[in-house]
Amino acid sequence: MNYNNKFELPGSYKKWTWGLIVAGLLAVLYGFIVFHPFAHPVHAEGGSHGNVNGTRFWAVLLQNSVYWLLTANAAMFFICITTLAMGGWQVAMRRVPEAISSVVPVLGLITFIILLAIVLGGRTDIYHWLDPNLYVKGTGTFDKILNGKHGFLNPTFFLVWSAVSIILWILLGRKMRSLSLKSDETGPMDHAEAKRWIDVNFTYASYFIVFFGLSVASTVPWLWLMSIDPHWYSTMYSWYTFASTFVSGLSLIAIFVIFLKNRGQLEYVTEEHLHDIGKFMFAFSVFWAYLWFDQYMLIWYSNQPEETRYFIDRIGTATKTGPYYGIFFFNLVVNFMAPLLILMRKSSKRNWTIVTFVAVLIIFGHWIDFFQMIMPGTVGPNFELMPFEFGIACLFIGVIMWGVGGYLTKHSLVAKNHPFLKESMIHHT
Amino acid sequence: MSGIKKFVVGSFDDEVVLFPAVKNVRKAGYKIHDVYTPFPVHGLDHAMGLRETSIHTAGFIYAVMGTTTALTFISWVFTKDWPLNIGGKPHFALPAWIPITFELTVLFSAVGMVLTFCYLCQLSPFVKKHHFSARSTDDHFVMVIECTEKTNDSEVQSFLQSVGAKDINIQVAESGWWLGRYDKEQKLYREELGY
Repeated sequence: MNYNNKFELPGSYKKWTWGLIVAGLLAVLYGFIVFHPFAHPVHAEGGSHGNVNGTRFWAVLLQNSVYWLLTANAAMFFICITTLAMGGWQVAMRRVPEAISSVVPVLGLITFIILLAIVLGGRTDIYHWLDPNLYVKGTGTFDKILNGKHGFLNPTFFLVWSAVSIILWILLGRKMRSLSLKSDETGPMDHAEAKRWIDVNFTYASYFIVFFGLSVASTVPWLWLMSIDPHWYSTMYSWYTFASTFVSGLSLIAIFVIFLKNRGQLEYVTEEHLHDIGKFMFAFSVFWAYLWFDQYMLIWYSNQPEETRYFIDRIGTATKTGPYYGIFFFNLVVNFMAPLLILMRKSSKRNWTIVTFVAVLIIFGHWIDFFQMIMPGTVGPNFELMPFEFGIACLFIGVIMWGVGGYLTKHSLVAKNHPFLKESMIHHT
Repeated sequence: MSGIKKFVVGSFDDEVVLFPAVKNVRKAGYKIHDVYTPFPVHGLDHAMGLRETSIHTAGFIYAVMGTTTALTFISWVFTKDWPLNIGGKPHFALPAWIPITFELTVLFSAVGMVLTFCYLCQLSPFVKKHHFSARSTDDHFVMVIECTEKTNDSEVQSFLQSVGAKDINIQVAESGWWLGRYDKEQKLYREELGY
């Protein structure tokens, strides 16, 4: 019952962290040497690629950096929505999403470097709209549609807005975390102080949510992911990306909460809290499936050639099966059917083993989801799911474990002076 | 309809008193017939040792029935009974059916669960049950203890008094439900005033 005892990471955790990071760095090194990522890209949309492996290198880096960055950032989104909703139940485990969101600066920097390399390196095989010939009127390469989108899809706006987004996530996230950490030192609050403290939290959480809506729930997925298929657009896309990363973020929170509980920490977190995390995972898996289906059904129903193109690249047509057919429907089974059926019962949401299993499944499933969002427009049918792809994922998992482990050992695991802590301790669903 | 039985009825005016009282009454080995409260009391079912409801299992079964009904009926209509060419789509147009399938799943599950709930609670028009205390709909938490031949009424009464009941009496009442009207209930039981 001692709030202040610092958590010591077990040796196996450190071993896994560094093992994953080293494995990931080896994969990057392998890619650098074997895939010639800086060779000039030969591009033609849907046509032949000169250097598929070079494209593959950048596409895999883009997939992993964006996926893990948005997943880690979803932890801060979780803190902010529960703050705005005046939620009390999550306070006992609040330091876990804080720890996960503390990785955002590192992942944001990595992501920005990768985006910078892709855009400044003129990787037209990743972002077709980078090709300057598309905007020269009167030539054979002039593209009327992309010329119309040029005000939005251009390197300057892309990089400036990406930088602004990442920096604001970092700054607002840091403010939320520092408010929480500062309450550890200032001691118990009386009613007026607590009210003021909650108000400040409330204000910064609202800033974060508003900016989150302007970035993750709209512009950032358009720029980073949807512009891979620049002629195609879907109004569902950003919500889809948000749902995907939010449910993986919740799963990541669940995994770390269960890990700490297994190490005998977080004494106030009980099955009741696990039950609520399980409900969130269940609900947002269904929400993701709802958006998946909306996007698919509307495009299937209206049958406009410029829209169906997206699905033809993935699952093919009635007569010819596309290269991503298996992955596309596997995605639906893992991310919708499995959480729906496994987490439906109350007893399974309160079972630490089952929630861990489903959380790992969801994180893997949405990684595959991002894979099928990015690969068809870049490497096309020549995609591979080889040790290189998993190696890069290991690098990012290792970085997250490193950052989260660091935060958890540096700070108290219980926000002991949070005014809602008691509400969380006696929480009963 | 399970017949006329004898009950000791204790009314509490505070749920804080009610919880330990329920625990003590159960510990003393008395059989709690039911506890009637003006509003749902969180955790009371747990304190009374009632088992988890299985209404969600019923809901799942109704939902699966709804899904099956929707898919079999729509697919039969559009592929066998009355195939129509709608925008050149295949006759077996699964994505277009999903919204209706979803709606029917929800409808079956919701309506089925409401009816099951009414059945389990014996709620229906014309079904009447004995009211142990009218104040259980207002401000009293009413605990009803069922007596057997071996139960010593006065012992139960003094026990209820010791755990904090404000108003205690003995009622001989119909324990189940009956069809009809409340003015007939006078013939079904006689009321004995308590201490």
